[in-house]
Amino acid sequence: MNRSATTVAAVLMVTLFVGSIFALRKVESLRGKEASLEEILYLPSGKVLKRLSLGYSGLLANIYWTRAVQYFGSKRKERATRYDLLAPLLDITTDLDPKLIVAYETGSIFLSQKVPEGAGQPEKAVALVEKGIRENPDNWRLYFTLGFIHYLDRKDFKSAQQAFQKGSEVPGAHPWMKVMAARMAEQGNTTAVALELWNAIYQANKDQMLRETALKHIVSLRATLEMEELSRRIEAYRQKTGVLPSAWGDLVRAGLLRSVPRDPTGSPYRLMTNGVVGVEDPGKFPFLAENTQLK
Amino acid sequence: MTSRLAAITLNTFREAIRDRVLYNLILFVLLLVASAPLFGAISIDIERLVLVNLSLTSISLFGVIIAIFIGTGLVSKEIEKKTLYTILSRPVRRWEFILGKYFGLLLTLVVNTGLMTLGFYAALLITTHKLTPADARLLVAVYFIILQFLIVTAITLLFSSFSTPIFSAVFSFALFVIGTFAEDLRSFAAMTPGPAGWLATVAGYAVPNFASLNVISQVAHDQPVSGSLIAFNTLYALLYSAAVTAGAVLIFERRNLK
Repeated sequence: MNRSATTVAAVLMVTLFVGSIFALRKVESLRGKEASLEEILYLPSGKVLKRLSLGYSGLLANIYWTRAVQYFGSKRKERATRYDLLAPLLDITTDLDPKLIVAYETGSIFLSQKVPEGAGQPEKAVALVEKGIRENPDNWRLYFTLGFIHYLDRKDFKSAQQAFQKGSEVPGAHPWMKVMAARMAEQGNTTAVALELWNAIYQANKDQMLRETALKHIVSLRATLEMEELSRRIEAYRQKTGVLPSAWGDLVRAGLLRSVPRDPTGSPYRLMTNGVVGVEDPGKFPFLAENTQLK
Repeated sequence: MTSRLAAITLNTFREAIRDRVLYNLILFVLLLVASAPLFGAISIDIERLVLVNLSLTSISLFGVIIAIFIGTGLVSKEIEKKTLYTILSRPVRRWEFILGKYFGLLLTLVVNTGLMTLGFYAALLITTHKLTPADARLLVAVYFIILQFLIVTAITLLFSSFSTPIFSAVFSFALFVIGTFAEDLRSFAAMTPGPAGWLATVAGYAVPNFASLNVISQVAHDQPVSGSLIAFNTLYALLYSAAVTAGAVLIFERRNLK
């Protein structure tokens, strides 16, 4: 055994390998600039891919699902306004593995959310979940997702009610589905119902991106509910005293509040001179304006 | 040293030719020339695209298969036939033997690829009736395929320096497949927090990156490949294959051949 040759080989191996990592990182950053090209070059058909996968379509579906999540994550990070590949990627994933429930559930919410939180394509989201229901008619959770999208993103309360109703008839469905169907029929578009739906999404999903979005909605909806309540108390104060309160202390002294009210992030609510209630940092409540459309 | 290295290189090349490796060229030409008119019959406006994709993919896959099947037997065959002892009893160092084998196989692959590329351009001429400057861009993809061979050859030689031919072939092919998904692995690592993420990062850089060396679809669509990408891909392939070859030398130097 030649000791010096061994040492030289070992040193060379480590040095060259470290060098290759630096070269690869440079290649990656260069390819990042050209990555938009890949958007056109994706295979458009999941059915073709399924045949080409020689029966290993499950693994390929998992890879495509990972790609869809990565694509969505990177686009959202750069605050993109277009998510052209998301729907085709999800379609390919579910063609490859029609039983991959997470791709329908989470993928459809990625699709339906408004830009820049999502792709802003609720119609494609509905098509995806309906495909999921055709392939998995026994899964009540897909009906929940369908009802959720109809309700929150399409404002189609009748379709939402039908989805919750049908889902509640699936054996093993959560009893809460029936309650939701009834709520849709009775109340339609209310902040409380929206809050209940987002809470359910938050609790049922493990995906970090989706949970972050759900949390932003929950925080905004809670603030909306609290601000509605505060407005009612301000009105009660005005009727009692004939003037608008100049500070929260006025309402506390009048026995209408126990202390200075705080929003879900812990900052005190703002009381404007015209009696309107606002939040300290609107950036923390991205969906607050959207909620004003709710009853 | 140079003459010894050249002798082993040329002998490896001659041995590969004697193994009738270049027969695959006949299959390749038959596949392309015979099927080129068919593309016109079964597709509209994508004859050139199909021909480019099919040819470049075949060049790449034929090369990888040849690299793996010849490469995995390079060392073990010499041990089996006891010819290795004759070679090493002469003033030939072990690392010279490994490097000679590496360059010999690479030479085989380059000649093979060169001839296939000629066949490919002939088929292209038959299909489109003329060659345009855009067709020269296809050579970038061929060059990247040769860079792939640099790495595949080093990997097969690494496995063949300590394992049996069958297992070397299995390991090499598996690593080739994993390498085509290397970018997915690194994206996965970027998204995964904690130890699983670190592990995936290490694995992502340890396996060879074949994804960035595949620009077949890109050139088929007449998309340019930047000069800096060509330069850094070359650098990467050279460094990575040299590191793996150094690994093969390291193992072979320490191997007990008695």
